[in-house]
Amino acid sequence: MMLSIKNLTANVDGKEILKGINLDIKAGEVHAIMGPNGSGKSTLAHILSGRDGYEVTGGEIHYKGQDLLSLETEERAQQGIFLAMQYPVELPGVNNMTFLRESMNAIRRSRGEEEIDAVSFMKLVREKADSVKLDQKLLKRSVNAGFSGGEKKRNEILQMVMLEPYLAILDETDSGLDIDALRTVSDGVNLLRSPERSMIVVTHYQRLLEYIEPDHVHVLSDGRIIRSGGKELALELEARGYGWLLEEAAA
Amino acid sequence: MGLPNTEMEDFVESEYAQGFVTEIESDTLPPGLDEAVIRTISERKGEPPWMLEKRLTAYRHWLTMREPSWAEVRHPPIDFQTISYYSSPKKKPLLDNLDQVDPELLATYEKLGIPIDEQKALAGVAVDAVFDSVSVATTFRESLAEAGVIFCSMSEAIREYPELVKQYLGSVVPHKDNFFAALNSAVFSDGTFVYIPKDVKCPMELSTYFRINEANTGQFERTLIIAEERSHVSYLEGCTAPMRDENQLHAAVVELVALEDARIKYSTVQNWYPGDNEGRGGIYNFVTKRGDCRGDRSHISWTQVETGSAVTWKYPSCILRGKDTVGEFYSVAVTKGMQQADTGTKMIHIGENSRSTIVSKGISAMHGSNAYRGLVRVAAKAENARNHTQCDSLLIGDRCAAHTFPYIEVKNPTAQVEHEATTSKVSEDQLFYCRQRGLSEEDAVSMIINGFCKEVFNELPMEFAVEAQKLLAVSLEGAVG
Ligand SMILES: Nc1ncnc2c1ncn2[C@@H]1O[C@H](COP(=O)(O)OP(=O)(O)O)[C@@H](O)[C@H]1O
Ligand SMILES: [Mg+2]
Repeated sequence: MMLSIKNLTANVDGKEILKGINLDIKAGEVHAIMGPNGSGKSTLAHILSGRDGYEVTGGEIHYKGQDLLSLETEERAQQGIFLAMQYPVELPGVNNMTFLRESMNAIRRSRGEEEIDAVSFMKLVREKADSVKLDQKLLKRSVNAGFSGGEKKRNEILQMVMLEPYLAILDETDSGLDIDALRTVSDGVNLLRSPERSMIVVTHYQRLLEYIEPDHVHVLSDGRIIRSGGKELALELEARGYGWLLEEAAA
Repeated sequence: MGLPNTEMEDFVESEYAQGFVTEIESDTLPPGLDEAVIRTISERKGEPPWMLEKRLTAYRHWLTMREPSWAEVRHPPIDFQTISYYSSPKKKPLLDNLDQVDPELLATYEKLGIPIDEQKALAGVAVDAVFDSVSVATTFRESLAEAGVIFCSMSEAIREYPELVKQYLGSVVPHKDNFFAALNSAVFSDGTFVYIPKDVKCPMELSTYFRINEANTGQFERTLIIAEERSHVSYLEGCTAPMRDENQLHAAVVELVALEDARIKYSTVQNWYPGDNEGRGGIYNFVTKRGDCRGDRSHISWTQVETGSAVTWKYPSCILRGKDTVGEFYSVAVTKGMQQADTGTKMIHIGENSRSTIVSKGISAMHGSNAYRGLVRVAAKAENARNHTQCDSLLIGDRCAAHTFPYIEVKNPTAQVEHEATTSKVSEDQLFYCRQRGLSEEDAVSMIINGFCKEVFNELPMEFAVEAQKLLAVSLEGAVG
């Protein structure tokens, strides 16, 4: 099992946001999480990656057999958890390539591996930037500073394909992307798909799931998973909206 | 969800790694200041009568002046009678041999990581270490002498090169200039003298490490650098001081003179004891630094990285007197705990086509307060003067402060003066982003801060840029997480 979440409850500012989440993800699986705004999707993504400011009030999370909640944010990253953020952060003055290399090397060091040398890194980053159609010029700029929305998302995907995580979480990476960018993002994800990797794809729209075929689809509403199913669930949601599901859940 | 302040602050709260005191017997004058003290200083230093006269003139003028109160800093009044104005290590070592230097002293430098050793020598840096008030070690004098460069202590220059000293000392910062300059002119202890002859490119970086060691000993350094026509010199000043409970006063004066086509680059890395987090102890640093681009096409560049001192009041300035002269000021100032810094620069455009660039980066953490005060003055005769000012503040946590006070006085309509200012925060978002990519919080902070300071670090000589980055990392260690 890659990830196992049991009865997870969590507060933000004293308010209960997650109200008992259960989710099992096997290695090699892609899970889509859908649901209305404010239902707790980003909260879940942040708790999995160890962001401060969330109070876990109950339940457990196991990642590759370990107690995830006892790990620091950077330890989780070093052990292969990657979060492509809904709102990628700007780091003015920090060179995009330097950042990526420091990141790669921090992860390698933590695993007792050799740091990547400058030449191999440059070769790799150029190649991967092309594969996600990120303008090479952006590699030399500061991390995300002044990037367009689409460029920021491509940069997240570049980082993801470079770091080759075991569990990738994409938080609304598709929002605000045109069809072309959407395709590139999906290509990046599909490229990484492999039997030893799992993904959680948080999205609002069924559209993305045309390109990334999920093994499972979950609907999150008001801090609970109210329905799980196969990829046909996404199509049904597309056709009927969330309303009927919410009513069913309330009944 | 605001910034997790307590964590941020833990990161800032690193102990001052250089707070230790060297046990060396000192020959220290009792506290107090009057004409007799000034005569004693001059006598102990074996100065000629004209120097004593200069000191006394400055002292008499100082008595008529009052301490400035307009800087954006607060501190208890300084009682100038409780300060001792002279201190020198008793066992004076021979200057030509490091082996004869007091081992305790060398050990102190060692702990500070001051490279007064062969490594630095190999890196091509001549070190003139000032311990309290007297120079104790000088290296590379010979190869400099071959190039005709004079690099010695101010005391020595007064004895050996009186004509140069008479001509230039006080010609950029006259004793009447301000309260602290007057005080310095009266009681200055020692300092560095540099003279670069015509057409000489100084073959190495010159560097001086200052250090304040005696309790209650004011430091009144005096530095004079003269670059003759078409000469070049790059000079680095680095400072650290051990931990003390009483505030120590530092009032240095630095004068730079650049003649036609000369270039002077003056870099400072300053790491004095800033006081504890309640604001006790720490150094009061009131410095007058000024460069005079006297000759046409001369170029003076100030670069400073300031992480120390309880109170800093300092405005390295350029007088752009010649035609086509260039003045530059690149600064990083860090304030944390209860530190206060009021720094900036003055660019005085007098010559035609004179150009100046100001890049100021202020970092405030915890209760630190950082003020940038910059004056750009364009005189009526200065046709086509240009200035660009970039003034950026970075806040860590939300209890610190940054202020910007640009003063612009333009008397010539052809002038172009631009001012840009930004304020940003090291946000919880940024730290999370970096940590999510596998970086430790400390590495993240130092990466963000180095990014913020990059334009300034780029101006430092290579080996010192690395030192400056480390210094910044050390001084903000524990600032977060
Ligand atoms: N930092 C925060 N402070 C206060 N409330 C928050 C914070 N982050 C999220 N919330 C609240 O938690 C709920 C879930 O938000 P979020 O996880 O961002 O939802 P989603 O990603 O599904 O749109 C919302 O009601 C939101 O207002
Ligand atoms: Mg969200």
